[in-house]
Amino acid sequence: MLILEAVEKRYADPRPRTVLRRVDLAVREGEYVAIMGESGSGKSTLLNLIAGLDRPDAGRIALDGQDYGGLDDEGLTLLRRSRMGFVFQAFHILPHLDLLRNVALPLVLNGVGRQETAERARAMLEAVGLGERAASMPRELSGGEMQRVAIARALVHGPRLLLADEPTGNLDADSAAQVLALLRGRLADSGASGILVTHSAAAARTADRVLTLDRDGLRPAALP
Amino acid sequence: MSRQLWPYLVEPLRARRGATLLSVVAIALGVALGVAVEAVNRAAVEEFARGMRTLSGLADLEIRGSRAGFDEMLYPRLAQLPQVEAASPGVELDAKLVGRDEPLHLVGIDLFRAASLQPAVVPEAAEAGERFGLLDPDALYLSPAAARWLGVEVGGEVAFQSGLRELKLRVAGLVPGAGSQRLAVMDIAAAQWRFDRLGVLNRIDLRLRPGTDAAEARRAVHALLPAGVVALEPDEARQRQANLSRAYRVNLNMLALIALFTGAFLVFSAQSLSVLRRRGELAFLRAAGLTRRGLVGWLVAEAAATGAVGAAAGAVLGIALAKLALGALGGDLGAGTFASGAPRLSVDPIATAGFVALGIAAAAAGALAPALEAAATPPARALKAGDEARSLARLDPFLPGLAVLVLGAGAAWLPPVGGLPVFGYLSVAAMLIGAILLMPRLARALLGLLPGRGGAGWQLAQAQLKSAPGQAVVASAGILASVALAVAMAVMVASFRDSLDVWLGQVLPADLYARASRAGETGFLSAEDQAVIAALPGTSRVEFQRQQNLLLERDRPPVALIARPLEGKAVERLLPMAAGGAAAGGGLPVWISEAVRDLHGWEVGRAVTLPLAGRPVEATVAGVWRDYARQHGAIVMDLGRYREITGDALANDVAIWLAPGHAAQAVAQALRDLPGGRGLEVAEPGEIRAVSLRLFDRTFLVTYALEAVAVLIGIAGVAASFGALALARRREFGMLRHLGMTRGQIAGMLAREGALVAALGVAAGTSLGLAIGVVLIRVVNRQSFHWSMDISVPLGGLALFAVVLVALASAASVLAARRAMGMDALRAVREDW
Repeated sequence: MLILEAVEKRYADPRPRTVLRRVDLAVREGEYVAIMGESGSGKSTLLNLIAGLDRPDAGRIALDGQDYGGLDDEGLTLLRRSRMGFVFQAFHILPHLDLLRNVALPLVLNGVGRQETAERARAMLEAVGLGERAASMPRELSGGEMQRVAIARALVHGPRLLLADEPTGNLDADSAAQVLALLRGRLADSGASGILVTHSAAAARTADRVLTLDRDGLRPAALP
Repeated sequence: MSRQLWPYLVEPLRARRGATLLSVVAIALGVALGVAVEAVNRAAVEEFARGMRTLSGLADLEIRGSRAGFDEMLYPRLAQLPQVEAASPGVELDAKLVGRDEPLHLVGIDLFRAASLQPAVVPEAAEAGERFGLLDPDALYLSPAAARWLGVEVGGEVAFQSGLRELKLRVAGLVPGAGSQRLAVMDIAAAQWRFDRLGVLNRIDLRLRPGTDAAEARRAVHALLPAGVVALEPDEARQRQANLSRAYRVNLNMLALIALFTGAFLVFSAQSLSVLRRRGELAFLRAAGLTRRGLVGWLVAEAAATGAVGAAAGAVLGIALAKLALGALGGDLGAGTFASGAPRLSVDPIATAGFVALGIAAAAAGALAPALEAAATPPARALKAGDEARSLARLDPFLPGLAVLVLGAGAAWLPPVGGLPVFGYLSVAAMLIGAILLMPRLARALLGLLPGRGGAGWQLAQAQLKSAPGQAVVASAGILASVALAVAMAVMVASFRDSLDVWLGQVLPADLYARASRAGETGFLSAEDQAVIAALPGTSRVEFQRQQNLLLERDRPPVALIARPLEGKAVERLLPMAAGGAAAGGGLPVWISEAVRDLHGWEVGRAVTLPLAGRPVEATVAGVWRDYARQHGAIVMDLGRYREITGDALANDVAIWLAPGHAAQAVAQALRDLPGGRGLEVAEPGEIRAVSLRLFDRTFLVTYALEAVAVLIGIAGVAASFGALALARRREFGMLRHLGMTRGQIAGMLAREGALVAALGVAAGTSLGLAIGVVLIRVVNRQSFHWSMDISVPLGGLALFAVVLVALASAASVLAARRAMGMDALRAVREDW
C-alpha cells in the first residue's frame, strides 16, 4: 500500500548533512509499523516525506500506487486530505473549537455534508470514550484526553494511512498505555495502515512490525 | 468556501477579541468618515441644486454677473432677441440681517415676468385678490423655511442692514414654492431702491423659443454680454457651485482613506501576530489537507469578515454622523461654500456600498501578506514548537520599498490633476508604504547596533529583538504609521498657524478696523459715511477699502477684488508678498493672490484683462501675495483707480491709524456713536488676530482629535502585538520563571522590549512624518487651497510626544502581556517536556 524505494534526504542548512540514506519500506494494507531510532536519526523527516510535507532528494514514494513525484503541492495536499490521518506529540487540537468541531474538521475539508459530518464526528468521539464531552473546549481536557481527540480526528474520515509522531511523548505512563491501546484498536477497526514513530519500546511493541532507523536506513529492530 | 467552514473562521476572531475589535474600530472609522462626508456633501449639493432650480425655474440660460452686477439695460436687449421667448430680470443678494451673523438670501423679481419663468418664487398673495401688493416697496415674502428660521409670521417685520441704515420690511406673505430654501422675495424695483442698486441687475433668466438652435442663441446672447457677465445653462451653474466644495470634500475623503489605511495596517498587524500565534494550528491544517490557496483564502476571509463587521458598523455610524454634522455644521461642514440652512440627509446607496466594499477590501488587503507568509511556511517545520522566531523573518522587501519611496518622492513634483493634488496624495501614500516596506531592513540595522550589554533584562530584551526582528517590525511599523501621520499633521498645522500669525501681523498694520458688515452684501459705507469717519477726532490716517468680486472665467468661481489706497506706496511692504517686484507695464497694476496665479495661470509681468464696470480694463500683474482669507483668489488694486474706472464711491472696510495720545477704545466708541454706527463692526487688530487664531484652532480641533485617535490606535496596536507575542512566548517566560526570574523581572524585560520597539517606530515615524509634512504643505495644501506657508517644526512638542509615546508603548506592552507571565506560563513549559 505504501512503498518507499531508495529514499534520500539531505539538508544544506545550517550545515550540509544527509539525514536519510537509501531508505526502503513497504507497508501492507492494514499493517501497523513502528519506527524507532535515536534523536536526530531522521524519524520525523521520514514521516514528513511519507506525509508529502517534504520532498525526497532521491528515491520514490507511492501510496496506493500514486507516485508522489508526479504530484505538485496541491496534489499532495489533496492526497493527505483524503487518505491520511495525523497524530502529533503536541496534539495540535484547535483551541477555539469544541471537540466535535475539532474532530469534524477532516470531514468538512473533504466536503462531507453537514448531517453526515455531525453524525460521524459524534460516533468517533463515542468510539474514543469522549461522547459526553462533544461540546467541551480543549482547555478542559487532560493530555490523555487531548490525544484521544487527536486519534478520533485522525481516523474520522476513514484514511488509508495513519501517521503518528511520538503520540505518547507528552503523556504519563497510564495515559500513554490507554492511548496506545486505543490507537491500535481504532486502527484495527478502521482497516487503515499505521506508522508510529516513537522512542518508546513499550509503544513500539503495540505495532505489528518494529523497525529501527539509523544512518544505513531501516532495518528490523530487536526489542528487549 | 463551504458554509461549514465559517465557524472555523469566526472562532479564532472571537478568541482574540481585543485585536479584532481594534481592527473593526479602525475600519469602521474609515468607512464612517467616508460615508458621512459623502452623505453630507450630497445633501448640500442636492439642497443647493433645489435652490438653483427654484430660482432658474424653466429657464434655458442664466445670465450671471459679479456681485456689483451689470447695467439693467442689458435686460431689454436680451429680451428683444428673436431667439428669446421670455426673460426675467433679477437682483439676487445675501442681505445682512440686523442682530444676526448669517445673512438671508434675497431675490428681487419682476412678478409678471417671473410668473411664467420662475413660478416657484412667485409669492402667494397674502391679501386676497391683491397680487399688486407685491409691488409695495415695504413688502417682503418669505419661504416657509426662512419664516421658521427668523421666527416671524405674515404681518411681522424683518430688519435688514442697507449701508449703515436699518431697513425694516413687512412680511406680506409666503413663497410656498421655495419649500425648504431660506429665501426672501420682493419686487425688483423695491429691492434695487431699498438696497441701493438702482439701475443694476445681477441675473437674468432666459427661455428660448421652441425649436431655436441653442448654440446659435447662445452666440447671439454672448454678443450682447458686457465684460464679466456670463451665460450659463442651469446644469452648468449647479455644477460650478458643486465644484466649489470639491477640494474640501476630497481632502476629507482622503482622511477617510487614511483611516482605512490605518485599519488595513492594523489588520495586517493583528493577522501577522495571529498567524504567528497559530503557527502550529495552521501547519496542522495544511497537514490535514488544506491547500496553500485554501489557507490564504481562509486567512483573508477571516480578515474580510472583520472588515465586513467594521464596514457595516461604519456605514451606520457614518449616516448618524452625517445627520449630526448637517444639524451642527450645515451642508458645507464649516467650509463656507454652501450658504443655506440645514439640508435634508441624503444617502446614496451606491456610494455607501462603495465605502463598505472599500472597508472590506482594506481588511482583506491587510491580511494578504501574513496569509501568503503562512501559506509559504513549510508545515513540517512549523509543526515543531519553538519555531516562532522564524516567522516573518523572510519579510524584507527592501528594493520594492526603496522603489515605492522614490516613486512617492517623485510624485510630489507632479502638477495637480483637475485642480486636485492627486499626485500629492499618491506621494504621501507611497512614502508611507515605502517606509513600512523598508522597516525590516531598518529594524535589523538599528537592532544590530544595540550593544548587547546591561542587566539580564536588557540583555534578554535585546537578544529577543535581534533574534526575532520580524516581530519587532510588525509592532514598530504600526507605531511608524501613526507617528508619521501625527507628526506630518502637527508640522502642517504648526506651519499654517505660524504663517497665519505672521500674515495677520502684515495685513493688519492699523490701530483700528471697522467694516460695514461681516456677513452679507448689503452693508457698505456711503461717501457721506466715509467723510464723517475720516473727520473723526483722534485719527491720524484713515484708509477705506472696497471689496467686490469679478467673474474672470465662466467655469470658475468669482475672485475677490480689493480696492485700497496704493498710489505712491511701496506695495511690497503693504502686502505679504509671495512673488513680485515686476515693474508694472502700461496697464493698471494689480497684485494677485496665489490662488489667482494657480487657478487662472497669471504670472508676474503678464498683461491681463479685468472686467470692471462692464468694461474690459487692461492691467498688469505687478506681484503675487499670500492670502489666507479667500480660497478662490483675490486681486488688489488702487482704490483711486478703481473709483475712476467704475464710479463706485462706496466702501466696505476702514483702517484707522490713531493720532498720538488717543486711545483705540475711545475712537471705537466714537465710531459706534455715529449715525448708523450700530451696523459697524469695530475691532482692534489684536482682537481680530485673537479671533482668527481661535477660529483656526477650532477648525483644526478635529485634526488634533484625529491625531490623538491615530496615536492611540498605534499604541493599542503595540499592546495588541505584545499581548499576542507574549502569549506565543509563554513557554519562554515559563522557562525563565523556572530559572528564577520574578514576574517583575520579566515585566521589566518586556517593558524594555516595548520601549525599544516604540523608539524604533517613533524614530522612523518622525523622520517620515517630517517628509510627509513637507509634501502636505508644499503640494497638497498648495494645490488644494493655493496657500503657501513657511515650514515650522514644533520641536519641543514633538520631543515630548516621542518620550510620552515610548513610555506609553512600554507600559502597554507590559499590561498586554500580564496574562502570559502568570501561572499559565509555568504550566506551558510542560508542553515541551
